[in-house]
Amino acid sequence: MINQICEKINARVLAGANQSHREVKGVYICDLLSWVMSHAKKDDVWITVMSHANVVAVASLLDLGCIIVPEDIQMDQDALIKAEEEGIPILSTSMNAYDIAVELNKLGLGK
Amino acid sequence: MDVMQYNFNVEKDDFDRAGEASSNIKKILRQLGIDAAIIRRIAIATYEAEINIVIHSLGGEIDLEVDPSSIKIIARDKGPGIANIELAMQAGYSTASDKVREMGFGAGMGLPNMKKCSDKFEVESELGKGTTISMIMFI
Repeated sequence: MINQICEKINARVLAGANQSHREVKGVYICDLLSWVMSHAKKDDVWITVMSHANVVAVASLLDLGCIIVPEDIQMDQDALIKAEEEGIPILSTSMNAYDIAVELNKLGLGK
Repeated sequence: MDVMQYNFNVEKDDFDRAGEASSNIKKILRQLGIDAAIIRRIAIATYEAEINIVIHSLGGEIDLEVDPSSIKIIARDKGPGIANIELAMQAGYSTASDKVREMGFGAGMGLPNMKKCSDKFEVESELGKGTTISMIMFI
């Protein structure tokens, strides 16, 4: 599933490449970590512009499916290391959050 | 099952390790075979408590206590304490710095999220001394 997403949004895998067959279900877009904490669901794709390691902690605690960083935002190195450790895929694309969501919708996510 | 107790240290301003205590607590509960929906609530509540200690306090610790009927989380810090607990409990109210907000923290959702995830929730705070948050989730 992560494979299909990468193809659809022309994304690079920055971390968690060994999780490429992981199934994801919904999509959640937000940058306020507490808000994500209380609203994102297990197996969601999470789109966020936040680039520090705590993003990975949130994704891991909630069992999110993957993190997508839009608009070619650079992730902090320690975030990528942590994502490898926790097995959380991080994808990067030049598309913005809205365009990513449109493409994920076409893949049937969140339906 | 006997009562099991664990303790985790949380440093102030240590954003690199913030979330580790919560992550360890989640792993322990998973190993104990606790229901996934309860683990999720505890993960959210402990993460919020841990982040609060990192952001607002002078350092603290989180205790986890598991007995056959409930899970108890106690987050204790060394100050500065909460001036107005009623205000702090309001969703959206935060005293976090701009720097912390830029990282996506400080939404003013921490205490309300903790309360929402707990079956019993209590905040005690004394200015200059510290804050203790007690949360119980029934299994």
